[in-house]
Order: sequence, then C-alpha cells, then structure tokens
Amino acid sequence: MTATTTAPVATAPVQRTRQPSARLRAWATRAPLLPALIFMIVVTQLPFVATLVISFFDWNSLYPDARSFTGIDNYQQVLTDADLRRSVWTTILLTVAVVVVSLVLGLVLALLLDRRFKGRGVVRTLLIAPFLVVPVAAALLWKHVLYNPEYGLLNGLLHYVGGPQPDWISNTPLLAVEASLVWQWTPFMMLILLAGLQSRDQQQMEAARVDGASDWQIFRYLTLPHLRRYLELGALLGSIYIVQNFDAVFTITSGGLGTANLPYTVYQSFYQAHENGLASAAGVLVVIGSIIIATFALRVVSSLFREEVGRA
Amino acid sequence: MSSIAVRRRSGRGKGAGLGLVAWLLGIVFFLPIAWMALTSFHSEADAATNPPSFGAALTLDGYREFFGTGGGASPWPALINSTVASVVSTLFVLLLALPAAYALSIRPVKKWTDVLFFFLSTKMLPVVAGLLPIYLFAKNAGMLDNIWLLVILYTSMNLPIAVWMMQSFLAEVPVAVIEAARVDGARLPTILARVVAPIALPGIAATALICFIFSWNELLFARVLTGVVAETAPVFLTGFITSQGLFLAKVCAASLVISLPVLAAGFAAQDKLVQGLSLGAVK
Repeated sequence: MTATTTAPVATAPVQRTRQPSARLRAWATRAPLLPALIFMIVVTQLPFVATLVISFFDWNSLYPDARSFTGIDNYQQVLTDADLRRSVWTTILLTVAVVVVSLVLGLVLALLLDRRFKGRGVVRTLLIAPFLVVPVAAALLWKHVLYNPEYGLLNGLLHYVGGPQPDWISNTPLLAVEASLVWQWTPFMMLILLAGLQSRDQQQMEAARVDGASDWQIFRYLTLPHLRRYLELGALLGSIYIVQNFDAVFTITSGGLGTANLPYTVYQSFYQAHENGLASAAGVLVVIGSIIIATFALRVVSSLFREEVGRA
Repeated sequence: MSSIAVRRRSGRGKGAGLGLVAWLLGIVFFLPIAWMALTSFHSEADAATNPPSFGAALTLDGYREFFGTGGGASPWPALINSTVASVVSTLFVLLLALPAAYALSIRPVKKWTDVLFFFLSTKMLPVVAGLLPIYLFAKNAGMLDNIWLLVILYTSMNLPIAVWMMQSFLAEVPVAVIEAARVDGARLPTILARVVAPIALPGIAATALICFIFSWNELLFARVLTGVVAETAPVFLTGFITSQGLFLAKVCAASLVISLPVLAAGFAAQDKLVQGLSLGAVK
C-alpha cells in the first residue's frame, strides 16, 4: 500500500496533470478483482466477527430475552468443561493419527506408482477412487457395510480364516472413524507426493546412479530432501481438512463413545443445546487452533509458490 | 523418463514384484467400493449374510427401494437440490474467479501475491466458526431451508480454490503471445477469446469440476441450514445413519448413485486434481 501512495508524490511536479488518469488506470486494473474480494469479505469475514462478538455473550436461543454480556465467561466455561476438553483432545488425536498414517501409506503408494509397471494407470485410478466417494457415503459404507458385527465385510472375511468377530465401532470407536478417514485421505497424500516425485531432477538422479549410488542412498539423500516440502504440504493441508471433519464423526458414531471432535461439539452445542454464546466461544477456539496450523501451511505454500514463480 | 526405464537394470524380477505389490494395494483400497457396488445389486437377504455371499443372484431391488418405488421418501428432490446448489454455485465461482485471476496473473495488480494469500487464508477459517451467525442471519432473513443460501455459501467456500487454480492456469499463458496479439491490433475481448481461452480452458474446466465436487459433498452447512424443502443429497444420506433392519443393498445403491457424479467429475479432472486440491501449490 505504501508503495502505491508514495510513488506519485516523488514525481509530483511533472506527473501532477497525469495523476487522475494514472489513478483511474490503477482502479481499472483492480476492478476485475473487486467483486470476488468484496464477496469473500462479506461472506467469510463478517460472520467470524459476529462469532467473536457473540462469544462474549451469555445467550441461549431458547431464552432470547436473558441475553447478557458476560466477558470471558464463555471461554472460562469452555476451557474448564470436561466434555469440551475431551473433544479438543479427540480432535488432536484424530487429526494427527489420520494425517500421519495416510501420509506414510501415501508415500509408499506414491513410490510404487512412480515406477513403470503393467497397468499403472489402472492402479492409479483404483487408488484415487476412495477419495471420490461422497464423504457421508464413505462413512455409511464403513459403518454399515464393513464394520457391522453380524454381516459386515470385515467380519465376513475374518470368518473365512476363523478369526474373532469383534464389534468394531463399539470396541474401538475412534479407531473406526480414523480408519475410514485414512482410507479416504491416503489417495490425496499419494497424489501430492507423486507430483513431488515426478518433479525430481532426473539428471541429478541419473548422475547419482552413474556414480554408483544405491537405490536406498538415492531415496535417502536425493528423494527424501526433495519430498520434504511436499510431505509438509500434504500434512498441513490434510490437517486443515481433517481438523474440520464433521461428516465421518457425525455418521459413524454420531459423536458418541468419546469421538466427538470440536466441529461436532460446536454443532451440537448450538444445534441441540441452543447455547449460542458457548458455541461461539468454542468456534473461536477452533479458529485459533486453525490459525496456528494455517500459519505454517501458508509458509509452505508460499515457499513452493515463490519457487514456481521464480522458475517461470 | 524413457532413458530411466531402459537404465533400470536392477533386475526385472524385483520390478515386477513391486508392480504386483502396487496392484495388490490398489485392489485392497478399491475393495470397499467394489463390494459396495456388488452389494447394491444383491437382494437384502443376500446382502446381510456371514460369510458374505459373493455369488448371489443380482437384482435391481436395492435401486428400486432407493428411488422410492418401494414406498420410502423419493431422493429426487434432494438430488435436484444438490445439482442446483453445485452447478449454480460453480457458475458463480467461475464468474467471480475468472476476472479476479486475470487481475492476478495476466495484468497483475500491485501486491498481487498478498491478495492471493488473502484468498487462501479465508479457506483456512473453519466452517464452524461462521456457522452460528450465518444460521442466525438466515433465520431472521427467512432464508432457512432455501437452496439459494447454500448457493451463496458454496460459492464462498470454493472461490479461494478457484482463484488460486485459475491464477496458476492463466499464468501459463505466455505474455509474449498476448503482447503480439495486442500489437497486431486485437482488442481485449478478442485476445481473451482467441489467445487466452484456448490455453487456459482445460484448467478452467478442471477448476469447475473440483468446485462441483466440493459443493456436492458438503454436509455441515446443508445439515444445519436446510430442512425438508432444500435438503441436499448428503443430507438425504444421513437418513441412513441409524440401521433400519435389512437395508444394506439400499444403502449401497444410495451411496453409489449419490457418489457417481463425484466419481465422474473426479476422473474427468484427474490430471489437474492435485493442482486444485493443493490450491495450485503443486503442479
């Protein structure tokens, strides 16, 4: 901003007569941008400001007349509430587990797919498919068709080898949600890492091979350092999406059995308990958590981005 | 690429073995979908057996049940709502994002990277953070259970992704070509139609498909802000969360039918999928 306003001043005497048209031209350049910019500010920033304001009020929508300013009471209540603390912990567990496991699986798959073999395109397509199932449908598939203790596919397959017949969702509810999310997110990680693998400097790898480097050495000293930022990007984008996950928790366990994460808890506290103030405070806390992740994510994206711009 | 393939002399056997592992993992990942498809063509009795009946007779009963000829609620209103919300919001996104991307790549404004990162940062704001005020606003404005509210929200949800993607696609148009056309006396509309569009069109199409997918999948807004009239397909699916006796074939048919548009759009956009999902950071 400072650059735009000071530039005309510096050349003032000569340019003065041309200034209006220069400003007009600057606005003409900006004009195509404005509708999108204004739309985004109105639809995404204003509601958040409203959330921030509501979070300082004691406001249950069933008793609209009893609305009053309470300062940071809601935050104190949210932070001391045992259920909410648990849901913060659940959110962290769920996010970290899903991101780490799908990242590792995605890396293995990407490395396999980076090689040439018969039917590589078909395998790639098979692997992407789980990501392209509507999330609610995927959650239903896991809940009813795979996990069902009586006639689910998992226990059906276990039956063949004479294994036990566990009730997956009741025994390990969080793991059940995580497994379904890992299934959906591994393809995402694989795609990002595969793009990373394919952007390696082939000449450099060729040279290393000629110099007698082993496959492991090439992976350890060339591939992995190159992949680092793609791994970071996958982890951070994955975190942003999975921290916000609602569909799987809502569908598979309905937030029961200790699987309620923050988005589900926020949903529940205003949709079912009508506690607007509390829900807003919890929402603000989710935002603070996301901002922490997002700061790192933006840094990674921007370093990749600047490299792309520099290359072009 | 080909020179590497020729040079890969570390043994044909090992290569083939790893190829087999890749195939195996591919099949494991696809198995739930294949099983869902097969189950959707089984009768309810055959769908609920242990051990599973792989070779049971095929029938369309599950689909008949789903489409409501068996007496249940018809999914058509939900499917139509989802189509309207996804298609219209995607059109809005294109209308808003194309000029914005133009101002961020071909004739960039000052500080264009900052603007680009502002768009990205809005994507990182969790949906739940704005849900309550949006709900309260909709309630007071009488817009609850109105598909147009979802259209607006889905537009805002996808606009940042679209701006990022299209910025990177438009940036691929060589400036020299545009300059040459301008020197030859071509006006802006002509340049856009003849020079920019042919190069950027595949990218724009992929952007549209990805926006369509995200809108079609969305559940939280739809669940909170719609009721009977504006219910979308994912909300319709939540009706299957609690078991209703023998209903696996019906669930599978429903899940598959509702996922088909996403699968189709996803495979159509396969090559640009990473670029879109990584907000243009990975090409």
